[in-house]
Amino acid sequence: MTLQMDMVVTAGDFRLRVVESVPLAGCTAVFGPSGAGKSTLLRSLAGFQSATGRIQFEETVWLDSSRGVDMPAHTRRLGYVFQQGQLFPHLDVAGNLHFAQRRSKSTNPMQWDRVVAALELGPMLFRTVQSLSGGERQRVALARALLSSPRLLLLDEPLSALDNQRKVEILPFLERVKSEFKLPMLYVSHSLDEVTRLADRVLVLAAGEVKAFGETVSVLERLDVQSVTGRFEAGAIVTATVVGHDDARMLTSLRFGDALITMPLLPHLSSGQVVRLRIRSRDVAIALQRPEGISIRNMVAARILDVVADPTSPFAEVLLETGSEHLRARITRAAAEDLALTPGLGVHALIKSVAFDHRVL
Amino acid sequence: MGDLLTAITLTAKLAGVTTLLLLLIGTPLAWWLARSKRWFKPFVEAVTALPLVLPPTVLGFYLLLLFSPEAWLGSAWVELTGSTLTFSFTGLVFASMLYSMPFMVQPLQTAFEAVDDELMHAAASLGATPLDAFFSVACPLALRGFLSACILTFAHTVGEFGVVLMVGGSLPGETRVISIVLYEYVETLRFDDAHDLALLLVVFSFVVLSTVYLLNRRLRFRIT
Repeated sequence: MTLQMDMVVTAGDFRLRVVESVPLAGCTAVFGPSGAGKSTLLRSLAGFQSATGRIQFEETVWLDSSRGVDMPAHTRRLGYVFQQGQLFPHLDVAGNLHFAQRRSKSTNPMQWDRVVAALELGPMLFRTVQSLSGGERQRVALARALLSSPRLLLLDEPLSALDNQRKVEILPFLERVKSEFKLPMLYVSHSLDEVTRLADRVLVLAAGEVKAFGETVSVLERLDVQSVTGRFEAGAIVTATVVGHDDARMLTSLRFGDALITMPLLPHLSSGQVVRLRIRSRDVAIALQRPEGISIRNMVAARILDVVADPTSPFAEVLLETGSEHLRARITRAAAEDLALTPGLGVHALIKSVAFDHRVL
Repeated sequence: MGDLLTAITLTAKLAGVTTLLLLLIGTPLAWWLARSKRWFKPFVEAVTALPLVLPPTVLGFYLLLLFSPEAWLGSAWVELTGSTLTFSFTGLVFASMLYSMPFMVQPLQTAFEAVDDELMHAAASLGATPLDAFFSVACPLALRGFLSACILTFAHTVGEFGVVLMVGGSLPGETRVISIVLYEYVETLRFDDAHDLALLLVVFSFVVLSTVYLLNRRLRFRIT
């Protein structure tokens, strides 16, 4: 069960080329900077924008230019969630949902009650679209897409029009949709937070080309991807287990690999719970010996896997391994030379405890 | 008075039939003009707008030639129906449709242009065929455009004179519409009757235009 793409999209000077086979299970993030062609890819998959080449969804050929096949959008049976929701302004919330349900071509259609309950739309069914907040709008848009009983859900930066507070409110709904409806999702985003939280695998796009594709954790820690994700965001994702809380000092301790680390108290987590953490490379420093008399409390013994100097900048990226987990450190090229950092060397990674991204949890 | 009533009924009938037929023809044309990116679209727009600038007598003159039983359209019509297009109600309907075309097409085109492409895409992604999306999304969103277009077309047809005079003449109950009646009142120096009818038309036009502007406080379009 895959979505096979071998396609080219040209728009003016821009050219997007994607040759990839994406498993149709869970959430695949399409990730990259603005202008990379993420939305273009999604719009061509939906049939809103013309492409050449071949797209095959499971057994159905959506596009095959060599044979003149190009299924129109309304026959592809996919749900599309737009950046701005694109709810029909002449219909109320229930009207928007009915619009989708009436046109569903599934023999096993999505249950109205189940969708309305999952997105908690009950109280707003008879409100006008204009009276909804940005976050509510996207929940209705999600429900509407689900009620058309699609075989694939395409989400084009559904959170980008929302402020941070609203994003935090909507993310749990996206997670619920993912786990409850078991629909394959293609999720366009330029936010690492959303990707780490939702995606099982990531397709990295930059300047119209696929830079990487694979499991979220392994893709996001690969070095060449960092040039795409940008220096500020660069980091590694680790899977950690909650060990316990120190209520008096308001700290939570977690274990990953061989390391035990502490971070500001996260009372909603229970012992034994497994979480994903993102540790930015600019928040990781490297010491050859374990330093004494220092305020940083999280020190992790690690081994250097790779050192990549960026000749266009003063910096170098160091990929580290501790147990089965990876970390990334961003230091100056001068430091890497002075410390003679080479692959295989055992070092200590110093992590500022403030470096953990709470939103990832 | 009976003559006048016949003329008013005839005018209303002509305007009603013209509006209805133009709605059927103008809607797809306006949708095409609103969405098309073809190179020849400006020329189609120009042809549609031609009746706005041409003297009605010019239009009427050409139509008269075209409708005459010697011309291809006129003779085909005689073959088909057994009656002529000139000096007949049917001929007037044809002429009015051409004459009032811009008043139907332009407000509709403006209203359709305001329909966001992304909404049409959203409808398609939900399984709506293009025709379904047109009726269930584009038309409701262009509702006020439809109202203005119909009102303006009706009113403009009521006010036509030059074309009728050229193509239809003045046959009571067939082609003798109120603008012709008014002209004849003046010609025969019946100024009192002319006063009444003229005032009636002024009031009618004012009411119609007020309605349109009330409807379109937010939706602006060209009535040129």
